[in-house]
Formats: sequence, C-alpha cells, structure tokens
Amino acid sequence: MAISFNAALGNSPMMLALREKRGEILAANMANADTPNFKARDLDFSTALKQATTEQTLLAHTQAGHFAPEMPFLGARLKYRNPNQVSLDGNTVEEHIEQAKFAENSLQYQASLQFLGGKFNELRSALTGQV
Amino acid sequence: MSSLNIFDIAGSGMNAQTVRLNLVASNIANANSVSSSAGDVYKSRQPVFGAELKNVIDAQNAASKVEIRGIVESKAPAVMEYAPNHPMADKDGYIFKPNVNSVEEMANMMSASRSYQNNIEVLNTAKQMMLQTLKMGQ
Repeated sequence: MAISFNAALGNSPMMLALREKRGEILAANMANADTPNFKARDLDFSTALKQATTEQTLLAHTQAGHFAPEMPFLGARLKYRNPNQVSLDGNTVEEHIEQAKFAENSLQYQASLQFLGGKFNELRSALTGQV
Repeated sequence: MSSLNIFDIAGSGMNAQTVRLNLVASNIANANSVSSSAGDVYKSRQPVFGAELKNVIDAQNAASKVEIRGIVESKAPAVMEYAPNHPMADKDGYIFKPNVNSVEEMANMMSASRSYQNNIEVLNTAKQMMLQTLKMGQ
C-alpha cells in the first residue's frame, strides 16, 4: 500500500498555511497602526479551516464574459475587527490586541509545526522499522 | 515563499515610520529657522500614510503594506514676532518663525519609535517561525 502523504499528515499542513496567512494579516494590521481610516482585519479561523478542509462548490466559469468565481485563499475570508475604542482618524487597529493575537498565532503556528514534525518522525520510524 | 510577505509588510511599516521620524527630526531641527516673510519660512512637514490600495481591494491578497502617499506641509500660520533689531526683520520689524509645535513633534517621535519597535518584534517573531519551519522533521 502506497503511503498517502495527505492522509498521513492530516490537517497539519493546512493549519500551518492558515496560521501563516493569519500572521501576515496581523502583521499588516500592526504595520498600518498609524494609517488613517485603516480597518483592522482578521481571519475567522474555525470557518476558514472548515472551508479549507471540505470540498467547496464554486460557480462554473463557462464563458469568457462570466465573472471569475471568487477563489478565496484556502477558503479564508477576512472579517473586520470591532474596536474596543474608536479613534478619530478612523483607524481601528489596537496595537495591544494585535500584539496579543500575533503572539497567540505564532505559538499556534509552532504547535502545528511540532505536530507536523511529529508526523514526519512517525513516518520515518515506520519506514525504517526502528523505534 | 509566501511567508516572506510578513517581512515585506513589517519592512514597509518600518520604512513608513522611518520617514515619519526623519520628518520629526527635520521639523525639530528647523524649529528656530526664522525668515523675513511668511511665505519663505519653514513649515512643519507631516507624512500621509495609506494602506496599499491594490491589496485592500483584492481579497486574496488582503494583507496590505503601508505606503507613503505624500508629505504635506502644515497650513497653520507662521509665528510672527516683533524683533526690529533682528537681522532678518522685515520693513515693519517682524520676523517669522516656523509653525512647528515641539510638543506635538516629541509625541510624534515617541509614537513613531514605538511603532517601529512593534514592527521589529513582528519581524523577529516571523524570523523565528521561519527558522523553526526550516528545521521541521529533523
């Protein structure tokens, strides 16, 4: 029986990709902390993961005049954050919150990484037959 | 590798804050540059930040960098001072001082340096994440 990497690795690669994407978005929020009218965004992780791991029904694109079906990255759709305190320049980035989320996200990224590394180690020990 | 995006984004933030810090330095350095007419006097300069629009519209590429849309000169009136003995005084005896508000500039400087540090932290964390990713499975 051939080893299916997808089956063996499970959700972990998807998780990593999503965590990475979220890190990017949070980094952009913090980079734009002083940009007037910038609205902080975030990834709704559970729905993003659900959409990324299930088959999605997309609109058929049968003629040149049709709009291209929206292909969100890994099913990730961004949502705007509701600020606790609004600022006069219309910016909704709250740096402490973004920092906390970024730290949380990088920890979760490392956790996913560990799981994925563990999976590879399992595969390796299965291949070599040594424990 | 798409994860290098974080470096780009944090880099753009740092770049923007550096420009802001530069302008603060310029404003403070010129706070006492007097002139003999209101038109010639140095005016306080401020950067205008904006999120890179093409990425804001494009939902797939949602993480947007900061860009500097431009640098504007403050429209506040120059400070007129009566100093008939000053070598730069005009025919009525007035000199014109820049409309730089040092208190505002100091606050601006602190805000810029904090934001810069924030971006550095993001960069460091992203770097560590990438290094760990490279070591995966070893």
